[in-house]
Amino acid sequence: MKIEVLGTGCAKCKLLAERAEDAARGMGLAYTLVKVTEYPDIVARGVMSTPGLVVDGVLKCQGTVPTVAAIQALLR
Amino acid sequence: MDTETKGCACDCAAAVPPPPVSSLWARGGWLLVALPAWVGLYRSLKPLADLLAFRVLGLGPGSRLGEAVAFFAFDGPKVLMLLGLVVLGVSFVQTFISPEATRDLLAKRTGAWSNLLASLLGIATPFCSCSAVPLFIGFVRVGVPLGATFSFLISAPMVNEVALFLLWSLFGWRIALLYTATGVAVAFVSGWLIGLLKMERHLEPWVMEIPYEAAAASATAMGFAQRLELAVQATWDIVGKVWPYVLGGIAVGAFLHGYVPAELLARFMGKSAWWSVPLAVLIGVPLYANAAGIIPIVQVLLAKGAALGTALAFMMAVAGLSLPETVILRKVLRPTLIATFLGVVTLGIVIVGYLFNFLM
Repeated sequence: MKIEVLGTGCAKCKLLAERAEDAARGMGLAYTLVKVTEYPDIVARGVMSTPGLVVDGVLKCQGTVPTVAAIQALLR
Repeated sequence: MDTETKGCACDCAAAVPPPPVSSLWARGGWLLVALPAWVGLYRSLKPLADLLAFRVLGLGPGSRLGEAVAFFAFDGPKVLMLLGLVVLGVSFVQTFISPEATRDLLAKRTGAWSNLLASLLGIATPFCSCSAVPLFIGFVRVGVPLGATFSFLISAPMVNEVALFLLWSLFGWRIALLYTATGVAVAFVSGWLIGLLKMERHLEPWVMEIPYEAAAASATAMGFAQRLELAVQATWDIVGKVWPYVLGGIAVGAFLHGYVPAELLARFMGKSAWWSVPLAVLIGVPLYANAAGIIPIVQVLLAKGAALGTALAFMMAVAGLSLPETVILRKVLRPTLIATFLGVVTLGIVIVGYLFNFLM
């Protein structure tokens, strides 16, 4: 499973990356986490608010930092 | 720029299954206890602050230090409590609104109407200036006019609902309304002018060249409990981030309150000093503070004899324009367009300042 966190590195983006990591580890998933930090790469996903969460190429969430439990629901 | 009061509302919430809600208490019943407790505490803040300053610390009523401490002990908790309540309410309402929905509303408009609509939508749409670039591109690439995009970008940080409610509770509805109306006017006229100047060629080329497919606005079908939970989370996030700025603002305010004689500021920031408006704006533009942090300072400036127009222009300049935001926007705007944007908005704010000083 490929998890991407879109965001240039503001506090929220870091928090989302941490929570996504916790969520995936908690579920015992085999995953890679990539931080997408350059504007052109972020914009190319059609996202308008950061941070964004992309799972296996599908945009799951943007502009907010869900709780670990909510992220686990998105990963399922 | 990550001290925004506007929480970015949740778009993915619809995709998240509702959490297992156990009881009426967790579903919002706690509000029935929390709200009266809030009111009770809020009403007793003044006596508590006086008790602390004059009894517990033993400072003399009327002494400079005593007055400054009493002011801080009263105003600090007061503004934070108001802020918490306001942000909670606003965050709840914002679970119904998304930047994507605003974009779709604006995409079909042209002309001055689009600028007006964009300025008004800027008040309520959740917006983080950390996502100014993706938002800018998202707007422009689906056909929102450049001028309307600017109207939105100017209005969103300057006239946000948190500033509006704080102004209302501290200064009354007339000043809150004046600030909102003139903020919207500045955003409207500035964006409209930028649109007239046809500056599309001053965008960085990648903005229009990059392959782009807009993600759709997700339907937000959530229940009350889920929206409330999101709002509570957003409130913790936002208040957790801005409280040092708010308390810092009030500490400066308390110092001014206790130590600066009332006539001193009147000389620098009163109506008679014609240069005070442009000076206040020039000082305010590079500064970045959240509207919530600047309001306590404005409160004291006014009490110490600053003219209303000068104080409001200062607040607009601090909240609306900032060095960090300019640096971020440089990624998508060429220098000519950046300079035009800064110039037009600065001029607009100065005019508003003079207008108020003249009228009031």
